Amino acid sequence: MNPVLFPRTEEMLLSMVKAYPEARFMAGGTDLLVALRQKQKALPPLIGLERMEGMGDILREGDEISIGAACTLKEVASHPLTRQHLPLLCQGADSVGGPALRNMATLGGNLCTASPAGDTLPALFLLEARPELLSEKGLRTLSMEAFITGPGRTALLPGELLHRIRIPIPPNAPIQHFEKVGNRNAMAIAVASLAALIRMEQGLVTQARLAWGSVGPKVIRSSEAEAALMGKPLREESLKEAAFYAQKAVQPISDIRASADYRKKVSASLLQRLILYRDSDDKGERS
Amino acid sequence: MSKPPENSPISFFLNGSPLSLSVAPGRRVVDLLREDLHLTGTKEGCGTGECGACTLLVDGFPMLSCLMLAAQLEGRNIETVESLEKDPVGEKLITSFEEKGAVQCGYCIPGMEMTALALLRNHPEADREDIRKSLSGNLCRCTGYVKILDAVEDTAKKLTAPKEMP
Repeated sequence: MNPVLFPRTEEMLLSMVKAYPEARFMAGGTDLLVALRQKQKALPPLIGLERMEGMGDILREGDEISIGAACTLKEVASHPLTRQHLPLLCQGADSVGGPALRNMATLGGNLCTASPAGDTLPALFLLEARPELLSEKGLRTLSMEAFITGPGRTALLPGELLHRIRIPIPPNAPIQHFEKVGNRNAMAIAVASLAALIRMEQGLVTQARLAWGSVGPKVIRSSEAEAALMGKPLREESLKEAAFYAQKAVQPISDIRASADYRKKVSASLLQRLILYRDSDDKGERS
Repeated sequence: MSKPPENSPISFFLNGSPLSLSVAPGRRVVDLLREDLHLTGTKEGCGTGECGACTLLVDGFPMLSCLMLAAQLEGRNIETVESLEKDPVGEKLITSFEEKGAVQCGYCIPGMEMTALALLRNHPEADREDIRKSLSGNLCRCTGYVKILDAVEDTAKKLTAPKEMP
């Protein structure tokens, strides 16, 4: 029987990594333990992160929010700092699994699992989150694009772990909206999801960032769809045009949850539904 | 580091009583409870965190015992369905589930009750929508959701009802 270790400090953690180079890091364990059990072999040594100093808190540091990788999705979704500044991330975190699962599963775990259907990933891409990695060589910080290298794959090196996630506070509080379509509301893996971050000035879109989840090997962006919204009011016509580009940009597969064709349609519909979530301050532009 | 022994000592609170035992650190909590401690109230459904049948409370929060390892229990306060009748809110939940006919096969009920217990302890004023959201991770395959919601709502009403004058 291999050990299950709970370091409290970086020093303890790094010495455990050295002693057990084959060890796996475990944050909430909700993906890892399922995957390890499927292999039907003895558990490898596990290094649990739930008691680590400096990995379970949410702080404001200057113009960014810094989230410990071992923070649970419940903590991320309900913390005053994330609720005030990063509602998009809160919505994504609150969409994963069900309440008990979110009391265990962590933001760091959702990132490191790197599932194309990971509900926090579209938000993290749009918010330009920067994963901060820790190893015996010290810290390094990557972009989301560099961190997620493919479905289920990350840039983490052996012995390296995700330590914190740093997210710049988006200026001028733009519209932040995340919507997920699954086979049921709770406990469902996404068929398709959309994260949108839209800034409006005097009724016109001055910034549009869109990211789709579960419709490609990684999070899908579309600069054409974003451009189609720029400089215009958020209305049916421009959303329809953007949705046309969205359908071209997504690269879904057919699987047990949905067909590729259906996923394309849902990707476009999710974008067109943004009309329901327009900033209520822009009353003059409501049709 | 030397190789650790097969079993490791752990200490935690189980249903209000301190407990120290020696257990394989990678043993699942649901197996520890059911097979080693013979507390079979906690049920295993899917074993993959998708059904909520194995829900128990860890330091007051609902968690899934099929995805927890024994070593994680160190120093924690664990509550299982066996403690329900000794808890003032839990006692009312049991009565409401009986009165509202919320139990069909019963397999999901321990998880439902523990989830509801955590909700109503912190939010006795919870309305039906709060209850629905709170129980959204607990599946019932007898499709008995309506009566289950009725039962939890009934307990919430009893908890918030003005006390009768003596």
